[in-house]
Amino acid sequence: MSSLLEVRGLTFSRDHRVLAENLDFDVRAGSAIRLEGPNGAGKTTLLRIVAGLYSAYEGEIFYEGQRSLSALRRHSHFLGHAPALKGSLSAHENLDWLASLKGLAASAADIEAALEQVGLGGYEHIQCRQMSAGQQRRVALARLFLIPAKFWLLDEPFTALDKQSVAALEGWIGDFAKQGGAVLLTTHHDPAIPALQSIELGV
Amino acid sequence: MKTLGPIELALRLLRRELTVSLRRRTELANPLFFFLIVCTLFPLGLGPSPQILAELAPGILWIVALLSVLMASDALFKGDFDDGTLEQILLSPVPLYTTVLMKTLAHWLLTGVPLTLLSPLLALMLQMPSEGLGALLLSLGCGSLVLSFIAAIGAALTVGLKRGGVLLSLLVLPLFVPVLIFGSAAVQRAVAGMDASSPLALLAALALFFLALAPFAIGGALRVSLDQ
Repeated sequence: MSSLLEVRGLTFSRDHRVLAENLDFDVRAGSAIRLEGPNGAGKTTLLRIVAGLYSAYEGEIFYEGQRSLSALRRHSHFLGHAPALKGSLSAHENLDWLASLKGLAASAADIEAALEQVGLGGYEHIQCRQMSAGQQRRVALARLFLIPAKFWLLDEPFTALDKQSVAALEGWIGDFAKQGGAVLLTTHHDPAIPALQSIELGV
Repeated sequence: MKTLGPIELALRLLRRELTVSLRRRTELANPLFFFLIVCTLFPLGLGPSPQILAELAPGILWIVALLSVLMASDALFKGDFDDGTLEQILLSPVPLYTTVLMKTLAHWLLTGVPLTLLSPLLALMLQMPSEGLGALLLSLGCGSLVLSFIAAIGAALTVGLKRGGVLLSLLVLPLFVPVLIFGSAAVQRAVAGMDASSPLALLAALALFFLALAPFAIGGALRVSLDQ
């Protein structure tokens, strides 16, 4: 299958430590790739570089054969360390805003369905600050189902999730890849995702 | 899902900013209380002599309004930076110009506009002659919009810093000076019975200039602040 993302000769460092030198890799549609390495190996930095948030690197990154970030922005989800939710807004309002940021109008039914998918049916109008960390994380993950995308960039998506949710998320990632999506993720546990590839950092 | 037109999108973003701010009432009320209380302190400190107060009133109102806007500006991007929503804003296909313009307008609607509406009451308390009220309202209305944009540029530049508050004041206060000069000059002229239209026109021109160009600066500053 075709390459969604091509990274060529990527070199980056943080605080005068070189974290990767001449890194080459492809992310193909239909694959899930895990970034591995000890703490401080540059996993989050690499994700931020790919997403276009961190620019202190050398090398080239092509998304669908182009250097421009606009296609990436339109067709990808970036889930960072922080869940990107406003505590004072309800789950519904938060997801509605995230859809607006992609230029889309989400209907109440769409949002309900997405929350149902992550096991939070009935929580639409609860303020996020009243939810547990795991529930907030699941609201954040609901955007993956609300807004269609080709590429998921997930930074420690399993944080704060209970066992069932971890298993469910592993299933979602596996299914998404099977359906032709691409996933780049970092995690510290060994996720049970079929055909998961890995890139070792900090070796 | 249907895609949003540019106007609808902008209105949605503005509404969200207003909702988020309106749910944190104490933070919202802080600059207004500051404006109210500091202005009431002046008659106590200077004595109730109407002549002295009336002469100082335009300057007092303008300086305190300016400090109130500065006070409200530190939090402009801080919350979004801390909870990760700023990352989502930068990664969005929506032009950053639109998003930061709506954020700054929301800031103005919730600080500059209430300050302006409150100012006639305080002008009355400071014995300012009523001839100056029109100029006061107009100059604060336009001027606070300019202040909001300048403050937003400063807030965007310092959002990534642990204690950016002091730096923010240092960065922003010198840039507030021209607005203060034109603003208080407009009110003083009106009070003295002179034509206040030229400083008011300059303030309006500044407001339009910042409305058109400041969002680019704010957006650029945010990208730099998150690029670490």
